Amino acid sequence: MSDPLLDTLLLSRIQFAANISFHILFPSISIALCWFLVYFKLRYKGEGDDVWMRAYRFWVKIFALTFALGVVSGITMSFQFGTNWPGYMETVGNIAGPLLGYEVLTAFFLEATFLGIMLFGINRVSNRMHTIATLLVAFGTTMSAFWIIALNSWMQTPTGFEMRDGKAYPLDWLEIIFNPSMPYRLAHMLVASGLTAAFLIAGISAYRILKKDHKPAPRLALKTSVVAAAILIPVQIFLGDLHGLNSLEHQPAKVAAVEAVWKTEKGAPLVLFAIPDAKTQENKFAIEIPKMASLILTHDVNGEIKGLNEFPNAHPPVAPVFYGFRIMVGVGVLMLLVSWIGVWQLRLIAKGRRQEMSPWLLKIFVGMTFSGWVATLAGWYVTEIGRQPWLVTGVVTTQDAVTKVPASNVGISLTIYLVLYAVLLVAYIRTLFVMANKSVLVDKPNEIETLADQLATRTQKVETAS
Amino acid sequence: MNEYTQLTGEAFWLPIIFIGLMGLAFFVYAILDGYDLGVGILLPKNSEQHRDTMIASIGPFWDANETWLVLGIGVLLIAFPTAHSLVLFHLYLPVTVMLAGLILRGVAFDFRAKALPDHKDLWDKIFKIGSLLATLSQGYMLGIYVMGFESSLKSILFASLSAVCVTAGYSYIGACWLVMKTEGDLQRSATRWARKCGWLMALGLIAVSIVNPWVSPSIYDKWFGSPTLLLLMIIPTLCFSLLFASDRFLKNFSQDLESFSWFPFISAAIIFLMSFIGLAYSFFPYVVPNQLTIWQSASAPESLKFILVGSVVVLPTIIAYTIFSYRIFRGKATQLKYY
Repeated sequence: MSDPLLDTLLLSRIQFAANISFHILFPSISIALCWFLVYFKLRYKGEGDDVWMRAYRFWVKIFALTFALGVVSGITMSFQFGTNWPGYMETVGNIAGPLLGYEVLTAFFLEATFLGIMLFGINRVSNRMHTIATLLVAFGTTMSAFWIIALNSWMQTPTGFEMRDGKAYPLDWLEIIFNPSMPYRLAHMLVASGLTAAFLIAGISAYRILKKDHKPAPRLALKTSVVAAAILIPVQIFLGDLHGLNSLEHQPAKVAAVEAVWKTEKGAPLVLFAIPDAKTQENKFAIEIPKMASLILTHDVNGEIKGLNEFPNAHPPVAPVFYGFRIMVGVGVLMLLVSWIGVWQLRLIAKGRRQEMSPWLLKIFVGMTFSGWVATLAGWYVTEIGRQPWLVTGVVTTQDAVTKVPASNVGISLTIYLVLYAVLLVAYIRTLFVMANKSVLVDKPNEIETLADQLATRTQKVETAS
Repeated sequence: MNEYTQLTGEAFWLPIIFIGLMGLAFFVYAILDGYDLGVGILLPKNSEQHRDTMIASIGPFWDANETWLVLGIGVLLIAFPTAHSLVLFHLYLPVTVMLAGLILRGVAFDFRAKALPDHKDLWDKIFKIGSLLATLSQGYMLGIYVMGFESSLKSILFASLSAVCVTAGYSYIGACWLVMKTEGDLQRSATRWARKCGWLMALGLIAVSIVNPWVSPSIYDKWFGSPTLLLLMIIPTLCFSLLFASDRFLKNFSQDLESFSWFPFISAAIIFLMSFIGLAYSFFPYVVPNQLTIWQSASAPESLKFILVGSVVVLPTIIAYTIFSYRIFRGKATQLKYY
């Protein structure tokens, strides 16, 4: 007969994983998508830049939908700590609490309030005020990422605190917020959002073009997003390298698991692919590049990498982080190839040597619409599973923090969430393509006059009347 | 409680400041999300145009309104973590139902306008159901909390009563919002809805006011055991006077009274305020009734001070730009075009 508390633990883990995986899908789009919208609005300086405004109007609808899903799943997250992981707040509440509080105070209210103006106020405020509102929403979503990553990074590499009677007490807030892994993880996540939004825009725009949309707006959006992706992906690879160096220093068990280094070695090979076997502690069917792991992680071909043998019972499960990391990198390499080929073709178009991007490339972009999601989720799974068994490294383990609510209750809540999320995810993706298809057919998108337009019309009427 | 009067300085005052902050956050939430959940509950089956206008009246505000809930629960989390754990442990399933309701209502805003046109009616139903689920569960949770998380038939019955009362209350303030923000047929319907919900809410308030002191001797003592009773009687007196005045106003509403169309909404807000003050008075200084005082469950002063400093700067800013936003959307609700 299984330990009932263990069932609660397993179900709670699955529930938290489901909640947070569903949640991250949406901010990973909306953070950067809002910055794209700011860019579109800034390029629209009034009459004559209509195409930028059309791109804005199409993408702001998708932004609104994405943002709404992010908000509602985020509210769920804010309750999850209390409902399923009371040990977390009891142990590190003095640190987690204020960081979450600042997120609500400085980010949530800002983005939520100005979102109303951004989405529904274009005919009630000046163009400048509207652009400012858009900018404030983008700033709000970025601040949100700042606080959450600060807290999440503190859980990975905690500093600036002391333990008294089993509870963490803050000593230095700057050290807590700007903990060792935070700058790398924040930069990495923001660029990840950039890539996710870029490929979403590119994919949907390519879809519209393939569906014979003849208008210039999707081509403009495609160009903007492909160029953005081509710039961001090498930056991301560089940031990933820095992040890896940081992880090696502060979380060696995680790195050992990611690279499936079973025993400490110098000049460790880079395992491109294998099937790690926890029982025999070896990698089957390994395809390796000798010395590469040491080179990448320590920048020295004979650098030492600590193996999992150094962390008995205190290391994460190897398979999920091993495969997760390779999925993330694989998608990254694909993004690099596709975006750079895309830029090459765009240059030819600009020089007049091509009319349009090739249909095969457009189809690839459509196929990669949600590639950002795959890479982002894979990366998050690596970092969060990679921290196990710790909830906060060296302070409290995940299993010590779980609730005592009976497993049956967790089973009920888990079922409700899974059903909701499955339905909403399908509805979201379908609606994106419904909106894309609709825009192909209309000549001009449903527009309401901006305040400037209204004033212009009125001035015209007065002039013709007099 | 006596040993806590030994606490001085920040250890004594910080928890009081924070329970005040938490109360403020939940109060503002009840007014703001109260009206938009109320509007959702009132969505009529038979008129798409009315539904469109009703949703247009709350469209620009719902997200920011909901954020006050996150702030409230956030302050509970930050300032009183043991209470937070206890509360969410006991309210596990109702919280899940509330979250499901809020999720459904939130996404229905967008999906109704952007998904396939023949799905719009379905999303409108989901909007209504989501609003109802969120409201009923909030009322139920309030009832269970008031009963100190006792698990008994008595608690379940009281919580169910509370659920109906809060639903009536939110519907009432939602209808009053519509009286302020709409015109013509819809406004007239809103006056009728407001009157009905107002009386249902009044019944609920009376019932809760009777049951509360009846089940809890300490609450009975706080209210009836001292001369403060005379001062406290202002609470029900004000509530019922406003309810009555509002009812008369709504009954006789016509275009001549249009410039006072804000009166029912403001009355509703004051009634909510009075109810909150009543609850706060009944329970202070407990954050979990009869189990945990604010001093027993408070966080370390270092954390409280860190967040207080920020709050003092940021909260007024939030209130300022919130007012700015409501001013931009002042006047009657116009057609909402997503855009």
